[in-house]
Amino acid sequence: MMTTPALSLENVRFAYGPDGAPMMFDTAIPAGSLSAVMGPSGSGKSTFFALIAGFEQPQAGRIHINGEDVTTSAPSERPISYVFQENNLFSHLDVMTNVGLGIDPRRRLSGDDRGRVSQALERVGLSGFEMRLPASLSGGERQRVALARALVRKRPMLLLDEPFAALGPRLRDDMLALVKALHEEAGLTTLMITHQPSDARAIADRVVFIDRGSIAANAPTDNLFDGTDLPAWNDYLGLNPTR
Amino acid sequence: MLATSERRGAIAAGAGALVFIGLVVLVAVWGLLRTSMGMTADGGGFDAYIWRITRFTLVQALLSTALSIGFALPVARALARRPHFLGRNWLLRLFAVPLGLPAIVAALGLIGIWGRQGFVNDALGSAGLDAPISIYGLPGILLAHVFFNMPLAARLILAELERTPAEYWRTAAQLGLPSGRVFRIIEWPAIVRVLPGVAGLVFMLCATSFTLVLLLGGGPGATTIEVAIYQSLRFDFDPGRAVLLALLQIGLTATILLALSILPRAEEGPTAGAIVRRFDASGRVGTAVDTLFIGFGAAFVVSPLVAVAISGLAADLGRLAGESSVRDAALTSLSVAFMAASLSLCLATAAIYARHAADRRNGSRWHNAFRTTLGATTSLILLVPPVVLGAGWFVFLRGKVDVFAAAPVVVVGINALMALPFVMRVLEPAHRSHAMRTDHLSAQLGLTGLNRLRRIDVPALIRPVSMAAAFAMALSLGDLGAVALFGNQDFVTLPYLLLQRMGSYRTDDAAGLALLIGVVCLLLMMLGTRSMPSGGSGTV
Repeated sequence: MMTTPALSLENVRFAYGPDGAPMMFDTAIPAGSLSAVMGPSGSGKSTFFALIAGFEQPQAGRIHINGEDVTTSAPSERPISYVFQENNLFSHLDVMTNVGLGIDPRRRLSGDDRGRVSQALERVGLSGFEMRLPASLSGGERQRVALARALVRKRPMLLLDEPFAALGPRLRDDMLALVKALHEEAGLTTLMITHQPSDARAIADRVVFIDRGSIAANAPTDNLFDGTDLPAWNDYLGLNPTR
Repeated sequence: MLATSERRGAIAAGAGALVFIGLVVLVAVWGLLRTSMGMTADGGGFDAYIWRITRFTLVQALLSTALSIGFALPVARALARRPHFLGRNWLLRLFAVPLGLPAIVAALGLIGIWGRQGFVNDALGSAGLDAPISIYGLPGILLAHVFFNMPLAARLILAELERTPAEYWRTAAQLGLPSGRVFRIIEWPAIVRVLPGVAGLVFMLCATSFTLVLLLGGGPGATTIEVAIYQSLRFDFDPGRAVLLALLQIGLTATILLALSILPRAEEGPTAGAIVRRFDASGRVGTAVDTLFIGFGAAFVVSPLVAVAISGLAADLGRLAGESSVRDAALTSLSVAFMAASLSLCLATAAIYARHAADRRNGSRWHNAFRTTLGATTSLILLVPPVVLGAGWFVFLRGKVDVFAAAPVVVVGINALMALPFVMRVLEPAHRSHAMRTDHLSAQLGLTGLNRLRRIDVPALIRPVSMAAAFAMALSLGDLGAVALFGNQDFVTLPYLLLQRMGSYRTDDAAGLALLIGVVCLLLMMLGTRSMPSGGSGTV
């Protein structure tokens, strides 16, 4: 039994240009959940995210976040923070400024703001990194800065677009633990695109499986990993015996 | 991975090309130096005239650069902010046209729009304003340089803006950065990265521009070093002064090239991939301003082209085509262009194979030095511009042989060297990726020498080769630099004929010829810049 879902897509249709493959998303995500979004390359995971974030406009259908219709809202008006796989930081701005843009994109930072940025940096394990430039950070540290910016923005929904795909196993585990902790502390609704079943098993309570431009499954993690008769899912995991 | 004998052959051919180019340039420079040695200090010294010419050369180049970039910046930004409007691709192609348009054709088009009887002055006159714009002198030179360089600068700046990672625009949209901050945080840093390189390139082109200054400038008040060299040789019969000016020009280009080699290079290249929507550009005021700049830029570039077409079509083309002088000039131009392109391709092929053969991971210092020297030699024409090279050969040949009888040979040589840097830029990357794909396989199968050339290299590289050839021919067909010095009644190319007709005020003939040259050159250039088969050639 679901309460008001944090996110719902009702018959959202989209295609890239007149010749693009048609996609259709119709699903709901419960508030406070942490969902792993999985699916083969080109299945539409990133498009799914782009539609939620407002980077792309649906050709039909409605998108609601926390009960509010955001279908035509500008990206910055939606209650969302977004972390990309790379290039989250403007390379010539220091860490303080990059995170500070999440507090107020228009004006300079006040002393108060700087305090908040430092706190957020401390929370992600980067105390003292305020003056550093992105080029002097490791890939994992850059993603931590992006998470710090998401923290100061205080938006209730967090979208992570393959955020740790470029990191090694150890670093990846640390980052997943951090995401899980932040998710719980701030009471977020989190969606994370990933290709690693281990990521989903480690932190996600739900899995959204996208196949050929539509939602093929949206269920608790355990249900999917305990064995299903969904051929596409089994094929994706490499579990199909007929090969 | 070449067999040893193949490698030796390639390196020998490259050495041959090196010696050939070196000789062509060194003979010219030696001619200049020897003549200057014979001069007395007071006879052709560094007098007020030369100082004035130098100052004008630098001032006009500086102003042209500033105006071109000042105009290109808002146009490029507007184009970057509007990645999806109808006709955008055509506009970008239009912005590539000046690159392929012979200067003499463009000059006629600009006179048609901005000249005394031009469209703009007519419009001003009928609006009751009686202050005609004069295109001759500094304003005309600046106008022409902006016509050629604004689109170039705009394309280079746009390419850099489009290399911005897509995530930047999306992050800006996510955070709700207003357009002023987007400019400061994303656009300006990108622009600043390429600005020095673009400015240096434009300055170089303007400081060595010959045809435009010859046609639109002239007079003691608006003459650059290159035009002064031409005047000294063809009108004042003062080789001493020409020599001094030529050496001065080499010094100037050497300085600029040195500065350019330090600056980051601006290039068109692969963009960041999918161009995303620009959320910061959706405001109504921003849209209006962008539309204004794009419209103004397009009108500025397209109007002289239209003028060339209209006045050219109004000319009596049938009679022109029947004139034997026109037919002879066309034949001469085509032969010169064909030979120059062939020579350029031969030199480039030798240089490319030799550079490839000398490129070994365990290469000796000698190999590396050879590679670098050979690469630099193919661009020697940038250091010694065509008119200077011509002047050198002019004074070298004078007294030995009939200078004008040698004209065809010298012009072919100079045109070939002019095209060489472009030919290399088209062919060398194509050959490099081809070699990377096929070297090991060919070696494995024992495909070597001519057998390999015929069966592997030629079929794979025929497209870039024909592109380079078309490019080289277009460059030669439209060139007025070398032929201005050496042209005579027995050696008339189409641009030279056009210059003669302009000089005798046969405006209709000139317009018809300009249309002919313009169309042929643009067709060749379009062939020469069609997107590369190996992909990643940006927006051409």
